[in-house]
Amino acid sequence: MTQKLKVGIYWAASCGGCEIATLEIAENILKFIEVADLVLCPCIADFKYDDVRAYPDGYIDVCFFNGGIRNSEAKEIAELLRKKSKTLVAFGACANWGGIPALANLYTKDAMIERSYITTESNDNPQGTLPQTSYKMPEGELHLPKLFDSVHKLDDVVDVDYYVPGCPPVAKQIWSCIEAIAAGKLPPKGSVIGVGDKSVCDECPFEKKTEGVRISKFKRPHLEKPDLTKKAELNNKPQCLLEQGFVCMGSATRSGCEAQCLKANMPCRGCYGPAEGVEDQGAKIASAIGSLVDSQGNSERSAEIVAQIVDPVGTFYRFGMGNSMLRVKKL
Amino acid sequence: MTQNFEPKILGIFCNWCSYTGADLAGTSRMKYAPNMRIVRVMCSGRVDPQFILKAYKEGADGVLVAGCHPGDCHYIEGNFKTIGRMQILEKMLAQFGIEKERFRLEWISAAEGDRVMHVVNEMTTQVKKLGPLNWKEVSRSKDIGHCEEPKATKQSPLNK
Amino acid sequence: MTNPRIGVYVCHCGTNIAGKVKVTDVVEHAKKQPNVVLAKEYKFMCSEPGQAMIVEDIKKEKLDRIIVAACSPLMHEKTFRKALEKAGINKYLFQMANIREHCSWVHEDGAAATEKAKALVTGAIYRAQYVEALNDREAPMNPATLIVGGGIAGIQAALDIADSGRQVYLVEKEPSIGGHMAQFDKTFPTLDCAACILTPKMVSIGQHPNITLLSYSEVEKIDGYVGNFKVGVRMKARYVDPKKCNGCGDCWQKCPAWRVEKPKGDKKVVHNALTLGPTKAIYMPTLQSVPNVPVIDKKSCIYFKNGKCKICVKACQKDAINHEMTDVVMDIDVGNIIVTTGFKTFDVSKMPQYGYGKLPNVISSIEFERMNCSSGATGGQVLCQNGEAPKSIAILHCIGSRDKEHHEYCSRVCCMYALKFAHLVKEKTGAQVYDFYIDMRAAGKGYEEFYNRLLEEGVRFIRGKAASVTDYAVFPEEEGKLIVRCEDTLVGKVRRIPVDMVVLCSALEANADAPEFARLLKLCQGKEGWFTEKHPKLAPVSTASDGIYIAGCCQGPKDIPDTVAQASAAAAQVLTAIAKGKVQIEGVGAEIIEEKCTGCKICNDMCPYKAIEFDAVKHKSKVNDALCKACGTCVAACPCGAIKAKHFTDEQIMHEIEGVLYDAKL
Ligand SMILES: Cc1cc2nc3c(=O)[nH]c(=O)nc-3n(C[C@H](O)[C@H](O)[C@H](O)COP(=O)(O)OP(=O)(O)OC[C@H]3O[C@@H](n4cnc5c(N)ncnc54)[C@H](O)[C@@H]3O)c2cc1C
Ligand code: SF4
Ligand code: SF4
Ligand code: SF4
Ligand code: FES
Repeated sequence: MTQKLKVGIYWAASCGGCEIATLEIAENILKFIEVADLVLCPCIADFKYDDVRAYPDGYIDVCFFNGGIRNSEAKEIAELLRKKSKTLVAFGACANWGGIPALANLYTKDAMIERSYITTESNDNPQGTLPQTSYKMPEGELHLPKLFDSVHKLDDVVDVDYYVPGCPPVAKQIWSCIEAIAAGKLPPKGSVIGVGDKSVCDECPFEKKTEGVRISKFKRPHLEKPDLTKKAELNNKPQCLLEQGFVCMGSATRSGCEAQCLKANMPCRGCYGPAEGVEDQGAKIASAIGSLVDSQGNSERSAEIVAQIVDPVGTFYRFGMGNSMLRVKKL
Repeated sequence: MTQNFEPKILGIFCNWCSYTGADLAGTSRMKYAPNMRIVRVMCSGRVDPQFILKAYKEGADGVLVAGCHPGDCHYIEGNFKTIGRMQILEKMLAQFGIEKERFRLEWISAAEGDRVMHVVNEMTTQVKKLGPLNWKEVSRSKDIGHCEEPKATKQSPLNK
Repeated sequence: MTNPRIGVYVCHCGTNIAGKVKVTDVVEHAKKQPNVVLAKEYKFMCSEPGQAMIVEDIKKEKLDRIIVAACSPLMHEKTFRKALEKAGINKYLFQMANIREHCSWVHEDGAAATEKAKALVTGAIYRAQYVEALNDREAPMNPATLIVGGGIAGIQAALDIADSGRQVYLVEKEPSIGGHMAQFDKTFPTLDCAACILTPKMVSIGQHPNITLLSYSEVEKIDGYVGNFKVGVRMKARYVDPKKCNGCGDCWQKCPAWRVEKPKGDKKVVHNALTLGPTKAIYMPTLQSVPNVPVIDKKSCIYFKNGKCKICVKACQKDAINHEMTDVVMDIDVGNIIVTTGFKTFDVSKMPQYGYGKLPNVISSIEFERMNCSSGATGGQVLCQNGEAPKSIAILHCIGSRDKEHHEYCSRVCCMYALKFAHLVKEKTGAQVYDFYIDMRAAGKGYEEFYNRLLEEGVRFIRGKAASVTDYAVFPEEEGKLIVRCEDTLVGKVRRIPVDMVVLCSALEANADAPEFARLLKLCQGKEGWFTEKHPKLAPVSTASDGIYIAGCCQGPKDIPDTVAQASAAAAQVLTAIAKGKVQIEGVGAEIIEEKCTGCKICNDMCPYKAIEFDAVKHKSKVNDALCKACGTCVAACPCGAIKAKHFTDEQIMHEIEGVLYDAKL
């Protein structure tokens, strides 16, 4: 019998959703256990960093790394895991492009700390105590990881072999990745795996009209409901949400998610990242949506419409901030 | 530093009106600031917001996109689409902390050589005043993990 | 893939570039850039030896990318592309850096200009790494030509082309062709009779087997491109069938309604009575009209007012009149278009100091022309409004021209037609003529001689622009006269000159509908509204749009000889294009990469030419090459990056941006 795969799952700046998503492979977990041993997974078992340090280099066959690089600990462990793993997979939106935590790149670190520790309504911190990276006490000096100025994606700090996007990646895709790895059937290094080769529109239950549709009012999904009675001419599917004025990232987002959000009548939020070959997902969707604005060649008219897009950066770079061309806010 | 700072401004000009207008400024020997470098596209409708972000990333201190006046686009309505795109981009740039003087969309016809002169001069002066943008520095992408100890801020009770 | 081999050539352009930019520095800089095999400088790259050098280097050094840093690509890109073809490599492997119009000519500081030139060259080099060979396509050239505007320019061009055996459609918006020239009596400087030289040409237009005259018509729509334009022409209802009418005039003799009423009192004349003086509701524009068919003026026709009359219908023996006629839109296919829409005269009432419209006997130049014309309102006599011949006349130059408030330019023909007027007055009435001028501009063949002749004829020339015209008499001899006030700059004193009639030499200006027309045809208008030629010296009748030419006064004010010369030039250009038989369509354009297209349809509606089709079976979009004009709008809009703009790819543009900013990161 061939040796079982040694698999690591690590979380850096992330929410834990990727681990939960991994559990969604459901009964396949049994098959997984058959072929693989978990050698690291802080989410479910107590692995010490020193245990990992003790592994010989390249000991871990595949390491699924989720979360972005927010502090010195994440960076250190990323470097460690790179050394210890044969194959390092950036798993989930945060490891791929910083994900939601990278939206913090629009603020200073100080402003963030202040918001978290001082001004948040539920805080009880009359002393205004802030986390410090070192603290002297009688027993000696304690060290905490240092918070970085901005959030980075995994491949900013180490070499990454494969990318599995999604927030979180969907179970079916995760399983297909595991199968591919187990079977040793992987595409060339650097590929994005567990995805489709089109954009979300391809799997979407909505459909565009072909002619003459321009957006003259933008709508927000928590304030207005899509009109499902409007039908597209082509195949009588309900009319595309973008055409209805909802900011939908679907056209600029890689397929693979099976358009789950759209199936729940929610516009795509873009968590599967840009299409192959597109550098900046936010700029590209801005270009597509901007082109659809019913400007009629009139700047003022157009400005009124564009003003209805609330927080374009937060919307267009919801998951991709750490991978965007500008990456941070100028302070 | 700011005193003898010479900004680098990228111009993206449509072939039919604005580029020709810039040619006219040349044939008329108008004199303007040497800070802008023009890249030619066939229509302002070809301008992808990525080009502008790329320019800042590459170190540009300002970007000027120029096309035909609405209604005069050689391809009828290419520039109608430019308007919406650039307006969204402007909102985004503001969120990224880029001063609005650093980005400009202008309509310049083939006859408006003097407009090229005025716009470039004006923009150069404005950007000079703002100082370098220096996105390399801003994005801190070289020294990953740069960090300073969190400071007590104004609102912080520590300061009271 | 092997690395590209780039050759860079930096042009001195005499001292145009080298006088400001340190060319040697630019060359040295270029040599250090990636994949640059050689970099050279030369005095004139566009010269024969300059091009030969490129051809030779391509062959010897196996260069496969050429960069010329010189003037604007709009000027010489074609020239150098030809050199590449001559050397046997694809012409799209060429890139220009504009270091003249965008650099040496516009910057004061040599050092800064040199730095900028380096950056522009770097941009070209970075871009050149990614350019690809492309293939042009050929399309058939439709040998028919559309000419818009039937003035002397349009007439000349139409005859030139039609005589070579090619089909011409001549569209004129007025009921008759002839334009301004048809309204004149004599033409300067030779004083030929306008009708004598123009009427035969107008008649030939009407009779020429190869010319389809669409008078009283306007161009409404233009689609397509050089070689294959599709034009929609609206033929306005004239209510008279040209096929039946023989121009006998029975109708307008019987017509009871006036379009321009005859003044009461037998001697009185109307000065501003349109072209023909008093006319009926059904009228012939001029006696020499081509086509020689009247038209009904809907505003004055009684039938159109209250549904009764039709006296003309009864009068017409040929049964040619039909009040129920409607506009007809005709579609025509042509390969080339010549625009000869001419000019209009400046509205002199915009300068109230001259009293036009308020003071009787202050008239505009065009009205004076009509008065002199034997087919005009007075049958060729020069008369004051009371029907008497004037004893003295003032002619005022530069009304609306050479005036920053109105038109800065010189209208070029006013000095000469003013002299013509002076001569006609002398000849017809013997009246005293005062001619108020700023400078006498007589720079044409025989023009100075014409001026000298007028000096001998005893015309009083007063140097100074007339300040105003008034009927307020100060001195007894001014009583009942028009007084022209002016500073005589030769004597240096203000003068008041009483006269019986004042003629205002109004400027020539662009037509009121020129902006709309420019939009329709994708023409450029200069500051003053004239249509812009491709190059002021070397391509004076071509425009930025291939297959569309301009001639005559629509391009700028000029006299008849120049107008005719331009018209023939435009005809020659068109005939050359037709002789080639085919149009080259550039290999640029949009291409959708099928595997990448997700079928989101965002691009479908971007294209102004509807060049993108959606394949519902494959669920993908596709560009129709024949319709795509390569604007790139769809390319920028595609959120998947699935569309490639050939010769303007993302990769090429992004790298050019990186190149022109190469020193920003330093
Ligand atoms: C008072 C006066 C006197 C002059 N005397 C002389 C002289 O003695 N000798 C001389 O050499 N020059 C003279 N000129 C100059 C001369 O008039 C011009 O050089 C000549 O008329 C230019 O011809 P053209 O065909 O370009 O324009 P036009 O004569 O203006 O003809 C243009 C034609 O196009 C038609 N048109 C316009 N727009 C449209 C449209 N959208 N669709 C269809 N048709 C359209 C018009 O109805 C018109 O028939 C004089 C000019 C003026 C004003
Ligand atoms: S834009 Fe959004 S709603 Fe429209 S088709 Fe694409 S994914 Fe579906
Ligand atoms: S915009 Fe792009 S992805 Fe969408 S249909 Fe057009 S080519 Fe295909
Ligand atoms: S490049 Fe322009 S003309 Fe060509 S298909 Fe795209 S939008 Fe249409
Ligand atoms: S061609 Fe100039 S904006 Fe379209």
